[in-house]
Amino acid sequence: MLQRIFFVGLVATFAQSVPVLAADPARTVTSNNFNPAISLILDGKFASFSKDPATYALPGFALGEETGPGDKGFRLGESELVISANVDDKFYGSLTAAVTPENETEIEEAFFETLSLGYGATIKAGRFFSHVGYLNNVHAHAWDFVDPPLVYRALLGNQFGDDGAQLRWVAPTDLFLEVGCETFRGEAFPAGGVAKNGKGVKAGFVHVGGDVGPSHAWRAGVSLLSAEAVDRATGDATTPDLFTGKSKLRGVDFVWKWAPNGNAKERNAKFQAEYWTRDEDGTFDPASAGTPLAFAGKQSGWYAQAIYQFIPRWRAGLRFDKLRADSVDATLAGTVLDNQGHEPKRVSLMVDHANSEFSRFRLQVNRDDSRPNVTDTQWYLQYVMSLGPHGAHAF
Amino acid sequence: MTIIKKLLVAATLCVAALPAQAALKIFACEPEWAALAQELGGDKVSTFSATTPLQDPHHIEARPSLIARLRQADLAICTGAELESGWMPILLRQAGNSKVQPGQNGYLEAASVVERLEIPAVLDRALGDIHAGGNPHIHTDPRRIATVADKLAERLTVVDPVNAAYYVQRQQAFAQRWRAAIADWSQRAAPLKGMRVVSHHRDWIYLYDWLGIVDAGTLEAIPGIPPTVAHLAKLKATLAREPARAVIRTPYEDARPSEWIVREAKLKAIVLPYTVGGTAGATNLYTLFDETLRLLLEVAG
Repeated sequence: MLQRIFFVGLVATFAQSVPVLAADPARTVTSNNFNPAISLILDGKFASFSKDPATYALPGFALGEETGPGDKGFRLGESELVISANVDDKFYGSLTAAVTPENETEIEEAFFETLSLGYGATIKAGRFFSHVGYLNNVHAHAWDFVDPPLVYRALLGNQFGDDGAQLRWVAPTDLFLEVGCETFRGEAFPAGGVAKNGKGVKAGFVHVGGDVGPSHAWRAGVSLLSAEAVDRATGDATTPDLFTGKSKLRGVDFVWKWAPNGNAKERNAKFQAEYWTRDEDGTFDPASAGTPLAFAGKQSGWYAQAIYQFIPRWRAGLRFDKLRADSVDATLAGTVLDNQGHEPKRVSLMVDHANSEFSRFRLQVNRDDSRPNVTDTQWYLQYVMSLGPHGAHAF
Repeated sequence: MTIIKKLLVAATLCVAALPAQAALKIFACEPEWAALAQELGGDKVSTFSATTPLQDPHHIEARPSLIARLRQADLAICTGAELESGWMPILLRQAGNSKVQPGQNGYLEAASVVERLEIPAVLDRALGDIHAGGNPHIHTDPRRIATVADKLAERLTVVDPVNAAYYVQRQQAFAQRWRAAIADWSQRAAPLKGMRVVSHHRDWIYLYDWLGIVDAGTLEAIPGIPPTVAHLAKLKATLAREPARAVIRTPYEDARPSEWIVREAKLKAIVLPYTVGGTAGATNLYTLFDETLRLLLEVAG
C-alpha cells in the first residue's frame, strides 16, 4: 500500500506544471549562492572516565554498534560533510557523509525530498534518520549533550536511520499537526538481516505543536516503530549474540522552548523528555552458539533534560536518564539480557559556550550508573565547528 | 501496516473537515511586509507575520506554529538576502506547500527586487555573520519599499487573478500616497543630512543612504557577534575624536552596550521602531517613518 502511495505521489509531482512569471534576474534564492550548499562539521572531544570504557554494559540490553561512552583521551568525533540543494523546482537533495575517527567513510544520510506535491504532503526517500521521537532525526552535532540519552543508546542503537521511504503530511490548521509513515530496509539496529524482502521496518508518527504567547513554543509526539530482525548481531564481532524475531517500539516525546518574546539570542530555555518502550519477541542465540533460546521481554526507558542559556553564548544543561528491562528466564541468565536486578541510570551536567552559531565548546560530566554497583564519572570536553552555510536547524 | 492505514484515514478525515478559505493567505517573514501586503491586499487578503517587532529576524526558531502557517499560505513574502536563512529553508521544506517554494509566483524575496548595498567582495565568516546577497535591512528606506510594493502587487494579481483589478487599483492608490509621504519625509528630514550616528548592528544603512546620515560606527565589532568590551573601548576613543549625535538600536537589540557608550561618550541613545509595531506610535508603514524621523529629529538639535 505504501508503495502505491509513493507512486501516486511521484506521478502527481511530475504532472504539476504551473506557469511561472518570467524569471527575475535579480531574484536570488537563499543558500544557492553556493549551489549546492556545502558545509563541514568538525567534532572532537577529550574524554576521561573513572572506569574502563571497555567494561561498559547496560545489563538487560543487547547493544548495537558504537553504543557506549566512547574512547578515553583525545578522540575525533565524526567529521561530517553535508551537501544539499534544491535539485530543481520539484526536489531537494541532501547528503551527509561522515568520516569516522577510524578513517572510514559512512553515508549517514542521502535522500531526496519532494517540494511540489502540495497539500501539505512530502515524500522523502533514500537513507535518512527516521522522524520518530524528537531527538532521532537530530544530527549528533546539534545535540545538547555529547552523548545520546541512554534510552536511545539501548533501544535505537543511538539513532535509527536506514534506507527507506517516508510520506508525511501537515494539516492545514493553525495548530501544527503532522502525520507520517515510513518503511525501511531493515538492516540497522533494532532491525537486522533485511527481513521481509528489504522492507523490515515500518514506522509511524504524529506530531502536534504550537505556541503559547510569543515566548513559548511546544511540540509533542507519539511514535511507533516495528522492526523485524533476522540474526541481528550484537556484542562481540567474532562471536556475536544473535536475535531473530520482532522488535516493537512505542514512544512519546515532548519538547518545550522558552525565549523572552521569542528572541532566543540573549536568553532561552528548552525542556525535552521522551519515554520509549520496546517489546522483543523471538529467539536469542548467545555468542552464536547455535542454540537459540526463546526470548520475550519488555524494555523501557526515559530521559528528561533542560537547557538554559543564561547569558548570550553560554548555556547550562541537566539531564536524567533511566532504563528498565524485564527479568529473563533462567536459560538466559548470565547473558547480556540478564538485568542483574539493576536499573541503569545516569545524571549529566553540561556547560557550553558558542562564540557564534558556528562554533561551540562543551564541558560535560556524567554520573553514570549503567553498570550494576559501579558508578562511572565521565568527563567530556567537546568542540563542534560548522563551516559553510550551515545555519538552519529544525525545532 | 494497520498503523499506516489508521494514520491515512485520520489524515483524510482532517482534510474533509476543513471549510474553504476565502481570503488569500499571506505569510510575511517580517511585520513590515505583512503591513505592506495588507495595504495592497485590503480585505481580499489575510496576513500573518512570522516575527514580531521584538524578535531578531536573523535568529528565529523554525517553530511548529510557523510550519502550520506556511502550510496554509498562498503567498510568502520575506526579506531574503539570507536574512531568514537560519529558519525559512526549514519551514519551506517541512510545510509541504508547493505554492510558496522559491521560484514559484507565491514566493517573493523583497531584497531581490531592489538595489542592495554592502554586497561583500569577500565571503569569510571571520568577518561575522555577513550576507552574500548584501545588507538585507532594505525596508529602512521607503523608496525601496515602493519598489517592493510594485512587485508584490504584481504577484498578488498573478496568484489571485480573480481580484487582479482590485489589487491594481490599491497599488496605484498606495504608490501615489507613498510618493507624497516620501516627499514630505525627505523635506522634514533635511536637518538629519550629515548627522553622525552610531548603531548597534548594521540595520540602518538604507536609512542613511536615503537621508544622508553619516555612519559613525557600530557597537558590534563584526556583524552578528555581540559587542565586545575591547571594541567598545576603541569606539569610545574614535567618538572622542569624531563625536556622534546618537546611538540607535532596534527594539530587539540588547540595551546594555548602547547604555555603556551613552555614559562614556556623551551621546543620546534612541530605540527606533525599526518595523511596524516596534514602538507604540509605529502602527503602520506611514507612522513607522513618522516615528523614526521624529525620534531622530529630537536629537538632531
